[in-house]
Amino acid sequence: MTKSGRSVAAAIAVAVTGLALPWIVPSITTQAAFLWLMILFSLTWDINGGQMGYNSFGNVFFFGVGVYACALVQRDSGLSYYAGLGAGIGAGALAAALSALVLGPAMLAIRGHYFAIATLGLSIVAANVASAWEYIGAASGIAAPLFPGAIGGRAKFFYYLLFALAVLTFLLVRRLYRSRLGLAINAIRDDEDKAEAMGLHTTRYKVFAWSIAALLLGAAGGPVGNLVGFIDPNDLAFAGATFGVWMVLMAVLGGKGTLWGPVIGAVVFHVTQELFWTWLLGWQRVAMGLLIVVIVVFFPTGILGWVARRRTTAA
Amino acid sequence: MSTLLEVHGVSKRFGGVVANREVSLDVPEGSITGLIGPNGSGKTTLFNSIAGTHPIDSGSIRFDGHEISRLRVPQVARLGIVRTFQQTHVYRGMDCVRNMQISTPHSGDTLLSMLRESTAAETERALQLLDFVGLYGKRMLPAGDLSFGQQKLLEFAMALMNAPRLLLLDEPTAGVNPVLINGLVDRLKRANAELGITLLVIEHNMRVIMNLASRIYCLAHGEMLAEGSPATIRDDPRVVDAYLGAT
Repeated sequence: MTKSGRSVAAAIAVAVTGLALPWIVPSITTQAAFLWLMILFSLTWDINGGQMGYNSFGNVFFFGVGVYACALVQRDSGLSYYAGLGAGIGAGALAAALSALVLGPAMLAIRGHYFAIATLGLSIVAANVASAWEYIGAASGIAAPLFPGAIGGRAKFFYYLLFALAVLTFLLVRRLYRSRLGLAINAIRDDEDKAEAMGLHTTRYKVFAWSIAALLLGAAGGPVGNLVGFIDPNDLAFAGATFGVWMVLMAVLGGKGTLWGPVIGAVVFHVTQELFWTWLLGWQRVAMGLLIVVIVVFFPTGILGWVARRRTTAA
Repeated sequence: MSTLLEVHGVSKRFGGVVANREVSLDVPEGSITGLIGPNGSGKTTLFNSIAGTHPIDSGSIRFDGHEISRLRVPQVARLGIVRTFQQTHVYRGMDCVRNMQISTPHSGDTLLSMLRESTAAETERALQLLDFVGLYGKRMLPAGDLSFGQQKLLEFAMALMNAPRLLLLDEPTAGVNPVLINGLVDRLKRANAELGITLLVIEHNMRVIMNLASRIYCLAHGEMLAEGSPATIRDDPRVVDAYLGAT
């Protein structure tokens, strides 16, 4: 099959699976919605972590900003349910992108491990602020407004929203990596001093790329908050120990710095995790920890990197 | 010939060490100018000062009549001064063609223009220049897989892709296979003659620099020791002393 033929086939397969899943196995609609969220998480993380060489442990911050912005618009705007949700998602995406634009120039001036640590601080600070701030519900969080549709319709509705967002994210990053901006962020990853010496507007490109990731993460916040129904600052919005770490792991597992790696990593990771919850209840966290060790030790270049290496040695 | 780069009385110290003291040099437009000196004499420091890597303590650096000593590295590069490094700097994870595609001049680039893909003309130019330095056969290899000498050639090609007005070369032949050195010198001369790029070259290989440059400056202990034609420099007893450690 030709390359374009393969991608058409892949696109059709993804579209059919994505659209049909909640009708074939309705019982796992919520888990499947989270699968699309995980794909969005790892794809957006990889923009900076894999393609630009800026390993962020704080990208969950932008997701949390999106969660809260949407919830506040829904709570306080007085709009009808769907209008409020639409405005909320838009506000979440914008607020997240804006915070990346504001934080970016200073934070992206820090390189290497120092950047990773600074971003880690970002999500921790955000979780603590959100837990103490009365206006946004403090530690008791915010409840999402009641879904007006049929019972059981809520999960399907937000499933499709997240599915659409994940597909949009994939198409956007694919376009981004084909552009000269994609070349520029790769150049920054490989040798930022050289990129500067060649006249690249490095700060501008870094901030822009981070803002794209933030925009998409912020947009995902609203649907997830409403799907779960209750927004907890530590366990959902700024869940650094789960979502924040998973983003990194999924991209590394699949193969960071590639287009498909984060997608594959997210699918493998999420399915494994669900299986652990089902079959190893009580030990799921131990199993998860072991899996992480195995990933880092045996697949340092990820699944795609491992496949590529086997291919070259076989050839 | 007008003066393209004018370095006047530049001093730079790192703590108690004076790396450059009152250094002055002129690079005429269209020339190939050499910069020699023993290890630790402050050549690379001077390059870094010109390229904007670090601020200078005093003096002035003028490029095409404009003061550039306060500008930062990317700004200097966008004015048309590109430097290569003593230790190679290439984008190791990207193949040679992609290394070249991102090395186009960035002075007119906006976010919007960065969102387009590389044009056929840009790719064509990239392949031409890779062919020019003899790396066409390696174009699909990641730059990190090239040998040190090949990375130097790639870096040179990337610099040409940037179409600079002034190219600062820090030891272009160091680490290059001696068989390839003649070819490289020839290419440097062609870049100067055919593309009109002014060159300022740091070089330790005396045969190379005598053959290449029309005018040579010699630094020693951070101070400008001598300047003149290759023949003058070769016969200057102070230069010989500086290298052989007499006095």
